[in-house]
Parts: sequence; C-alpha cells; structure tokens
Amino acid sequence: MTQPFYVSPEQLMKDRADFARKGIARGRSVAVVQYRDGIVFVAENPSRALHKISEIYDRIGFAAVGRYNEFENLRIAGVRLADVRGYSYDRRDVTGRALANAYAQTLGTIFSSGGEKPYEVELFVAELGESAADDQMYRLTYDGSVADVQGWAVMGGTTEPVETWFEQHYEADLDLPAAIGLARTALGHDGTDTREVPPESLEVAVLDRTRTQLRKFKRIPDAAVADALS
Amino acid sequence: MLPEAFRSVGSSSFADLLAQHAPEQLPTSRTAEAGALAGVTHGTTIVAATFPGGVVMAGDRRATMGNVIAQRDIQKVFPTDEYSCVGIAGTAGIAVEMTRLFQVELEHYEKIEGMVLSTDGKANRLAALIRGNLGMAMQGLAVVPLFAAYDLHLGVGRIFAFDVTGNKNEERAFHSVGSGSLFARGSLKKLYRDDLTERETVTAAVQALYDAADDDTATGGPDLARRIFPMVAVITADGFRAWPEADTAAVADEIIAARLHAPDGPSAPLI
Repeated sequence: MTQPFYVSPEQLMKDRADFARKGIARGRSVAVVQYRDGIVFVAENPSRALHKISEIYDRIGFAAVGRYNEFENLRIAGVRLADVRGYSYDRRDVTGRALANAYAQTLGTIFSSGGEKPYEVELFVAELGESAADDQMYRLTYDGSVADVQGWAVMGGTTEPVETWFEQHYEADLDLPAAIGLARTALGHDGTDTREVPPESLEVAVLDRTRTQLRKFKRIPDAAVADALS
Repeated sequence: MLPEAFRSVGSSSFADLLAQHAPEQLPTSRTAEAGALAGVTHGTTIVAATFPGGVVMAGDRRATMGNVIAQRDIQKVFPTDEYSCVGIAGTAGIAVEMTRLFQVELEHYEKIEGMVLSTDGKANRLAALIRGNLGMAMQGLAVVPLFAAYDLHLGVGRIFAFDVTGNKNEERAFHSVGSGSLFARGSLKKLYRDDLTERETVTAAVQALYDAADDDTATGGPDLARRIFPMVAVITADGFRAWPEADTAAVADEIIAARLHAPDGPSAPLI
C-alpha cells in the first residue's frame, strides 16, 4: 500500500493563501474613503451591470474584489441576514459589526476546511455612524481575518503603491468631489506607470449622512461622477 | 456565521426566504382557533384618489376594539417604498405586520436584483401575501389593504384594491376600504373629478373621510380638541411624501368651517 504524500499544515495553509491571493491580485482595486458627509466607495469596474459595490442595509454598504460569483453569493447572504434580522427585531438592530463577524466566520471556515477551495475575495463592510467619528469600516480577507480601518482603505489588484499614494495625500473632512478625485488618482497608481482612470469606468456609491431617507446608500450616476471629476 | 440557507441560490423574495428560514415569523403562520376573539383592534377607513401626476391616500386615525376606541391616533397609511404606499383596514395587528413584511419584500427584491419591481409586480406580491392570510380571514381576522403607487413607466398614479382572497382589481380614479368605505366612496363619487390639483384631491379625500365618520361609528372624524387629523400621503414622480400635519389641519379646519353652515357638506348639481 502506498503512503499518501505528507503535506504539513503550514504548507497547506500557505498554498491555499497563495492561491487566494493570486486570484484577488488579478482584478482591479476598490477604495473606500471617509469624506465630510459619509463614506464613498470607488471601484474600477467597466461593467455597468455587475456591481462591485452594493447596499446591504440602511446604513451599511458592501464592496468586494475577486471572483464575482463568490462575492455575489456573500453579498446576497449578507442582504438576507440583514433583512431577516431587521424584520425580526428592529431596523436599528442591524449592525455592520455583526455582519462583518458573520462574513469573517464564513470566510474563515471555508478557508480552513479541507473540502472547498478558499474564496478568492476580499470585502469591505462599512457602516455609517451618526458622525464621522462613529463610522465603522471593516476589511475582510479571504482567510476570514478582519481589520478595522479608519479614513481610507484599498484592496484588490496591486495595493501597495495605491496605499502609499493615499498615505501621502489623504486628509480628513474632504468634500465628495475631492474624495472621488483622490480615490481615482490613487487607483491610477497601481503600477510603475501612473494611469489616468477614465471616469466612465469608475463605479461610485456613497453612504450619505445628509440623506433624509432611512436608506443612506446611493449610487452616483456616471454623469455626476464625470461632473465631480471635471 | 452565515446560515447555509442564506448562501444557497434562491429567489429574490423575502417572504419566501422567511417561509424557509423562519416560518414562525410570517404573519400568516398562526392557525390558532380565533373564533370570536374579543379585544382585537380594528383599523377602519382608507380612501385613495388619483390626480394628474400622482395619487393621494388618506386614512382616519381611529382604531376600535368592539365598541371601544382602542387608539385615537393610529397610523394606517404606510410608505412601502419610494413610489408606493399601503393603507390598511381590518385586524390591525396582522395588517401592520403584513405591511412590514411587504416593505421588506420590496426592499429585499430591490437590493438583491439591483432594480425596483414593476408596479404590477408589487401589487401581485401584496395579493399573494393577502391570499396567504385567507385562513385567518375565515376566522374573522381579515386584512384588506389598499395599495397606491406612482407608476414611473406610465407616469400616472395607480390604485389597487384587494379582497381577502387576494383578488386584485385596479381602480382608475378613486377607491375606499374599511368599515366606513361605503359612505366614503359615495362621497368621493360626487366630489371627485379627474382634473383636480393635489390640494383639491386631498380636500376631496378628507371630505370623504368626514362623511364616513359622520355615518360610521368606527371611523374617526377630525379631533379638534386633540388636534388629531387624518393622515395624508401623496405620491408623485418625486416619490412618496407624507403631508405635514399643519397642512392637513388647515384642510380639515376649512372643511369643518364650511360644515358649520352645511353639515352634510358640499352638494353636487342634480344634472
């Protein structure tokens, strides 16, 4: 009888992590930026129909990079979780933290279970607070780790140069056009050459504190994005 | 951890999700013998009327429990999404819960599919929810909502009425449901014209509620001492808008002033 090859757990996890990371790095980046009236999501996404940014609940937004079918599956599960919870209790009882925890556990379980391949996705879950100081932004990676981020964050594609650009240029209390402009310039710094990301291939949405409706999420149409950038 | 069911491929309907995942939370899940339940709160009269560019819905504020007034300022007109609203008549507890389910149903579909349901689609979903309540209706706990929406494709206000079996019929001009609806409908029939402005349509609706309150004990008229007035909602191309209480009060005060001289209200020409 032949012995199966022994693979150490370290090696196994490393292989799975490398696999997931490679898949995620193939796509384009998504950035979230806090601005004066809320949180803006900016993604480079030529498709108008397949969104990377979505609404989960009244004050909770979602952005993702990686494999579309995988993050779409997580997005729908998140909407279901939020709607069931809001219906069972109250709209105020749906929190970004609970959602981020649910995602983290799901991603973590899939990553470490032997059967499935790890999800090649990274997610942002952002919750709008009463004031900028109460805003919460979570970054979740393929292995289920959660990081609490402040001010700005970027994921997917080649993130290091984009992060460096943000570090050098971000300031608090930007207005919306400035925040979109900053994110667009930052997303253009994803290689050795600086690109100018065309406005029509940007997908932009905000969680806007100044909206009177309960649902604070709003997509910014192409024309308004072009206006903000001109 | 996200439940396994949430990650499976399923429909975009929240009601279906709830039926699979937490059926006990559906308003229609209870099958207890209701029989002659005492102490059940009932909501009463709702009227709706279209005008060029939109639709108006108004409801009185009274909830009754047998011969007792259960609440003087109940809200019976609810926005269900940006371009639609529901007015409820019948068993208040089930009706409010059904409206809440319907609100989440519309929002859930919108978020999952990335687009809003058509007006007819919304009305059909509501009809299905009402049909689901048939068992309760047979036991005396009926819910009869009135659905009004602004149709963005057609550019008109639309009104849908239902019966307890979920039969849906669209009303072009005006409609009323609830215990005082016979009187309200008769009143609106004589007051309604299809070229009224928004304010005039609201006036006609409040007149109809006044007439309903005049002849139906379960319908509440304007309460001058407590300053409680009918709740009025308007839906136009700009979306749902609840009329501010001060504006409704102004309309009601005008009507009451006129009724001091003519208690039966305005009279229509004979021919």
